Amino acid sequence: MATLNPRHEEGLFYALAVLGGAVSAIGLAAALYMEHSGHVVTGMNNQIVWGLPHVFAIFLIVAASGVLNVASIGSVFGKKPYKSRAPLSALLCIAMLTGGLTVIMLDLGRADRLMVAATHFNPTSVFGWNVILYPGMYAIVAVYLWTLMERRMNPYSKVAGLATFIWRILLTTGTGSIFAFLVARQAYGNAILPAMFIIMSFAWGLAVFMIVQKTMFGWNDMTLHAAIRGRMKNLLGTFVAAVFYFVATYHLTNIYFAKQTAFEEFILLSGGIFPVLFWVGYVLVGTVLPLLLIYVPDLNRLRGSVFAASTLVVIGAFCLLYVFIIGGQAFPLEIFPGYDVKSSFMDGAIDHYSPTLPEALLAFGGLGIAFTLTTVGVRVLRFLPQDDIAELEAAGSIVD
Amino acid sequence: MKLLRDQSAALRARLPLAYRDGMSRGALRGALHLGLLATLPRRVTDFVRLVAILFAAVTVSPAPTFAGEGGRTSKPVVSIENPGKCIAPAEEMRRNHMEMIKHQRDRTLRQGIRGEPASLNGCIDCHASKKTGSVLGQDGFCQSCHEYAAVKLDCFECHQPKSKFKPAAQAAATEMGRKP
Amino acid sequence: MSQHQNPRRAFIAAAGASVAGLGFTAIAPGLHLMAVGEANAAPRPAGQAASPAIRWGLLIDANKCAPGCTKCIDACHEENGVSEQMPDPRQNSQWIRKIELVDRRNGKLTTLPMMCQHCAKPPCVDVCPTGASMKRADGIVLVDRHTCIGCRYCMMACPYKARSFVHAPLTEQTPGTPRGKGCVESCTLCVHRVDKGQQPACVEKCPEGAMTFGDLNDPESVISKRIASANTTQVRGELKLDLGVRYQGI
Repeated sequence: MATLNPRHEEGLFYALAVLGGAVSAIGLAAALYMEHSGHVVTGMNNQIVWGLPHVFAIFLIVAASGVLNVASIGSVFGKKPYKSRAPLSALLCIAMLTGGLTVIMLDLGRADRLMVAATHFNPTSVFGWNVILYPGMYAIVAVYLWTLMERRMNPYSKVAGLATFIWRILLTTGTGSIFAFLVARQAYGNAILPAMFIIMSFAWGLAVFMIVQKTMFGWNDMTLHAAIRGRMKNLLGTFVAAVFYFVATYHLTNIYFAKQTAFEEFILLSGGIFPVLFWVGYVLVGTVLPLLLIYVPDLNRLRGSVFAASTLVVIGAFCLLYVFIIGGQAFPLEIFPGYDVKSSFMDGAIDHYSPTLPEALLAFGGLGIAFTLTTVGVRVLRFLPQDDIAELEAAGSIVD
Repeated sequence: MKLLRDQSAALRARLPLAYRDGMSRGALRGALHLGLLATLPRRVTDFVRLVAILFAAVTVSPAPTFAGEGGRTSKPVVSIENPGKCIAPAEEMRRNHMEMIKHQRDRTLRQGIRGEPASLNGCIDCHASKKTGSVLGQDGFCQSCHEYAAVKLDCFECHQPKSKFKPAAQAAATEMGRKP
Repeated sequence: MSQHQNPRRAFIAAAGASVAGLGFTAIAPGLHLMAVGEANAAPRPAGQAASPAIRWGLLIDANKCAPGCTKCIDACHEENGVSEQMPDPRQNSQWIRKIELVDRRNGKLTTLPMMCQHCAKPPCVDVCPTGASMKRADGIVLVDRHTCIGCRYCMMACPYKARSFVHAPLTEQTPGTPRGKGCVESCTLCVHRVDKGQQPACVEKCPEGAMTFGDLNDPESVISKRIASANTTQVRGELKLDLGVRYQGI
């Protein structure tokens, strides 16, 4: 990018903003079409009730919470190199949260009744909590950004950072609990899920942050200091390994329970697309390859290896969520143990899901919104992480 | 069919200005005033101006669609097919019918209270057009007035707008029952 | 789905089944007299709320349920105006469905109708963000479509897959059963009939008399006496949801 002259650079920015805006607009149009025709134009049905939009939305929401981890490491845990990254991390959080929530809300059967969701509250519903947790996240992150950007408010940034950190943990607990609190289906109703979602948010959020940071540095013809790069990549590696630990625990526990073995056999071996996405998409592409890129010295010395690892982690994340959300619904409910079951409504039968164009466009529209907000945000606001290497070295925060 | 022109004129007078004149003028004026923002850094103003122009375009474009003849919405058709049986005077009904059926609907659905004076099916039975059997349609009692007042009419997403309606399958079965 | 079958043939079959059926007498074509279950009760007086002293329930005898018979489904769909056919049948509403069970040990075939089980502790009510999913004082679980936003969380939560999402705009609703696009719905236990003192449509139209409707709280009701004397099951009983629908013969 070093060869870009300012006019080309400006043109490229507008091109990206227009591209992001177009993807978002097409997504919104798709939602309008779904709203007008009903969900008959989607591949979702009465067995697989949540589809591709939910996979994308949940990725965005989980990663939005996780990307804020970068800021928390700086302000809550006092790691200096992360402090200059806090504003960008907060911006990414708001951008992805907006993308994810937009998709979730536009997929509602009655998206026009958003006010009903805001004014009617059921305290026993995890969705109900989320109606408080998600908007609260905006408010708290906005205040946090204010304490970071406004010099007079700087003294409060540590408190605001701590509040943000706690709120973020609660928020992802809420997202994981959406599934943890479901007794009906074999894939869900498991207390490990909220914790698993938190660790997933750490890994996915950091991966997204690394991708954006690398792009911004490249755009501005800067390179990340090797020591900071090393720290961040090792942290990503730790998180990716931790996610794998949780995923493995979840499946191994299930395999141990006789009543769950049929489901595990389906997800891990016989279930068509799902085992492929799990083993190839999540385990190989999303876990093993990134860990090799991060930890094998010959590989991680290569230019772009951390960027590649982060991208693979994000691809793996989508695969894992697809298996978890769609696969979990495709497997039939065990309503009559000990019987072979048949009905007009997929009882005892594996359901198959093929997303249609409108719901795919809506899902990508969420990514488009997050992308556009980020692109415009980093352009208008000065959020490029600036590392004062001399100061960091003097403070002993980085050691080569 | 009786047109209540005086009431509709009164109703029109109560509508906010934006509904009567369309929203175009205010939006355009807002877009022009953005010149004041010239003191901000150029990059920011460029972007804000782009957004404002897009917004203005979106706001202005649908205005002619909403306005009917000569920029004015056509008058509602208020015909009462089965007059004299209403549960309250027309004045009160006109003003409070939503509150009445809203409270009744919550009591009926959530508490199971039946047989209250206010009921949507009651409205439909008297107000459905003799021609179409419905309160919807261009001249329908509910739809024409709601369109005129620009108030969203959500009831009939779920409720049947036709009086004494029987779905095709059910009607056929009843018919067979009567004439074996 | 068979609700679009020739109505004449459907009627003749119904009349024939009524004559032959246990406990039924066809006194005039199209009119059945119930000899089993409880006779129609008096309607609840106008202005009176549903009583928490009552717990409406169903007892379904799977031994009597005839394989291949879909009379209860037809009755339900006719009563509640569930007639739409989506291009993908998995998107059709299923208020009540027939399930065929084959016992893995001995190959014995049992069929039964499955619908909302009207739990005393319904997961759908717990998870609903707006409180649209609700339980009435007399135990009937309903969806308040005025506040349902169509998030489908209740469908994820229902252990019986009893809920359906309306996937397209509807125009053929009956005046007694409002239902529409973008909302979730399920068996209402024919609440509009029950409030008039009538029985649910499926119970009334079952040619085998396999379904009994009544008050589970009243020890003198037919349903309570049967549950007291016969061996009955709550489906997925280990979830301890205290179901309003009980089964015999499974």
